[in-house]
Amino acid sequence: MDAMETVTAAINKNRDFLTELDRSIGDADHGINMARGFNAVMEKLESSPPDSLQQGLKSVAMTLISTVGGASGPLYGTAFLRCSKIAQDKSTVDSELASLMLNEAVNGIKSLGKASAGDKTMVDALEPAAKAFDASYKSGCGLLSCLQSSCKAAREGVEYTKTIAAKKGRASYLGDRSIGHQDPGATSSAIILEAITEYCKKTG
Amino acid sequence: MVGIVIVSHSGKVAQGVKEIAMQMADEKLKMVAAGGLGDGSIGTDAAAVYNAVMEADSGEGVLVTADLGSAVLSAETALSMLGEKLKSRVAIADAPVVEGTIAAAVTASSGAPLADVKAAAEEARDARKLE
Ligand SMILES: [Mg+2]
Repeated sequence: MDAMETVTAAINKNRDFLTELDRSIGDADHGINMARGFNAVMEKLESSPPDSLQQGLKSVAMTLISTVGGASGPLYGTAFLRCSKIAQDKSTVDSELASLMLNEAVNGIKSLGKASAGDKTMVDALEPAAKAFDASYKSGCGLLSCLQSSCKAAREGVEYTKTIAAKKGRASYLGDRSIGHQDPGATSSAIILEAITEYCKKTG
Repeated sequence: MVGIVIVSHSGKVAQGVKEIAMQMADEKLKMVAAGGLGDGSIGTDAAAVYNAVMEADSGEGVLVTADLGSAVLSAETALSMLGEKLKSRVAIADAPVVEGTIAAAVTASSGAPLADVKAAAEEARDARKLE
């Protein structure tokens, strides 16, 4: 659960950037919302330290759905809730578990948000990330290397969101005028994945 | 009597809609406003919606009205956390939050079942205001 500290730091660092992205095609609150949510997560984990991975992930999920405030709250909350269910009695995350978690997180986000690839949402970063992770895992790569491939795919997904029009969320009111802007949700997804990867790299 | 939960990004909007709707509703109707975040900022909180649904239910079910975007996602997330039994008697209305809540409140006050209360809220979407 220490990885959450790295994630929170990355979200805080990118707070204004994410908000600026959301100013272009949304309601200018994504960075503020995400920072409020992840700082609340840190407070929660410090005030009531979880005694298992499963409980920790559930605590992250419940805090996000209560404190983010925007659509990303229930969406990321659902993603972490799915991860918590997959974690069961495990205490560490290996490549196999990470692959299951990433795929479940994507499924959860897609089913709640009713979004598919190409809608200019976080799915455009996370779905290719999960696929790239699995491809690396199948070719025998270790956790860090799988995560690195997934980050690369997520960043490519973020770039791809610049080329398409939004079909979900407030940005969809803009239609074709949203083309040229990268999606804030896809960007925060890539930032979270990169932070988790950075944490794995640090801790080995 | 079917209960009603109002979900809005703004605590003031949810509370205000409740006040308007209660003017026309039976005083026994359980209507709960679930708007804004705990710290008063704009946003929606699925855990607050969950608690509001529990509070509004008196055994005959709950209709949830929501403004837009994350309000709907938070309402759906709250529903997914409910037990199977309660979940089966909770519905989200595809309706405008002000007009839908008023129509739902009037219909619920007559003792109508959840399906009718939901239909009343959704009909409000097409109500013309000029001529
Ligand atoms: Mg926004």
